[in-house]
Amino acid sequence: MSAALVIYEEEARRLSGICERLTRDASAKVVFLVDKNGQLITSAGQSQGVDTTSLASLTAGNVAAMGGLAKLIGEEEFPSQFHEGENESLHMTIVARKAVLVVVFDARTSLGLVRLRVKKAAEEISRELEQLAKHQTPPGTRSPLAEITDEEIDNLFSA
Amino acid sequence: MSFINYSSREINCKIVYYGPGLCGKTTNLQYVYARTSPEAKGKMISLATETERTLFFDFLPLSLGEIRGFKTRFHLYTVPGQVFYDASRKLILKGVDGVVFVADSQLERMEANLESVENLRVNLAEQGYDLDRVPYVVQYNKRDLPGVVPVEELHRLLNPRGVLEFPASARTGAGVFDTLKAVAKLVLVDLKRGAQ
Repeated sequence: MSAALVIYEEEARRLSGICERLTRDASAKVVFLVDKNGQLITSAGQSQGVDTTSLASLTAGNVAAMGGLAKLIGEEEFPSQFHEGENESLHMTIVARKAVLVVVFDARTSLGLVRLRVKKAAEEISRELEQLAKHQTPPGTRSPLAEITDEEIDNLFSA
Repeated sequence: MSFINYSSREINCKIVYYGPGLCGKTTNLQYVYARTSPEAKGKMISLATETERTLFFDFLPLSLGEIRGFKTRFHLYTVPGQVFYDASRKLILKGVDGVVFVADSQLERMEANLESVENLRVNLAEQGYDLDRVPYVVQYNKRDLPGVVPVEELHRLLNPRGVLEFPASARTGAGVFDTLKAVAKLVLVDLKRGAQ
């Protein structure tokens, strides 16, 4: 099977920092960074009350479907998408081919500003994700999965 | 592809329910959703047509508990079973950690079952996975209906490799959790092997 995507605390902190800055700089309501397979990596802004798990899964589904459409018409992918709602709008950008940066915003800001700030943040995130791909497991840190016992796995299902 | 987050101390895995149209994939998830405590489940999302046929996917996030301080979460997905939604099925298999094949036990669906297993093998291969190596279980659904094909016959046709298999009735719930537990366990054992 394919290797797991692993995010360590240090990268998680830096990625959160980039998303927080983007939220402020773009005057966005909330920013999410989602893995293309539908896992939420981090979020910033007013994410309380938002079902982040569903958001991540639907974002991945949407990006996958748009990627499929892109290929049908001879494009590699559609790097960004914008959906305008009555009150809230949504901007999605594919970052480093493996993550999606989602910005939710309202009339307090503009699409132009969001696009501008997203561009810079996406470059920073891209660099972080490249670093992450090269990240060697720090000494002393083993995957929590490596040492689990069959009994521990069984216990998960005994309830 | 599983996702391990050291910051939020979570392990997330993806399980896909595959099978021919109307075999009961969505019904499996609906039963799991109905019988799981509110704190262990998230919202179930169904992207369906007006006639309740799965259009893109169903999604149900489940929390199983903790292993070594890490919350273990499973994201359950179904694919649309109808033949012409093949492009969507391929997308949903991306990053899969384990697969449940839901077979329809009715005689008239045997050809559809066989086509769907073959389609699963091809679509997994396109994503770089080998059906013979992926954590995989088979469920023989609709055992509550009269005159269904005997399990031995289904086994011979659909499970020649002899992976774990479960007779089930997703409508009544029989076999639903047995199937889920089996595939979840295979996924964790596979992840453990990969991490060593």
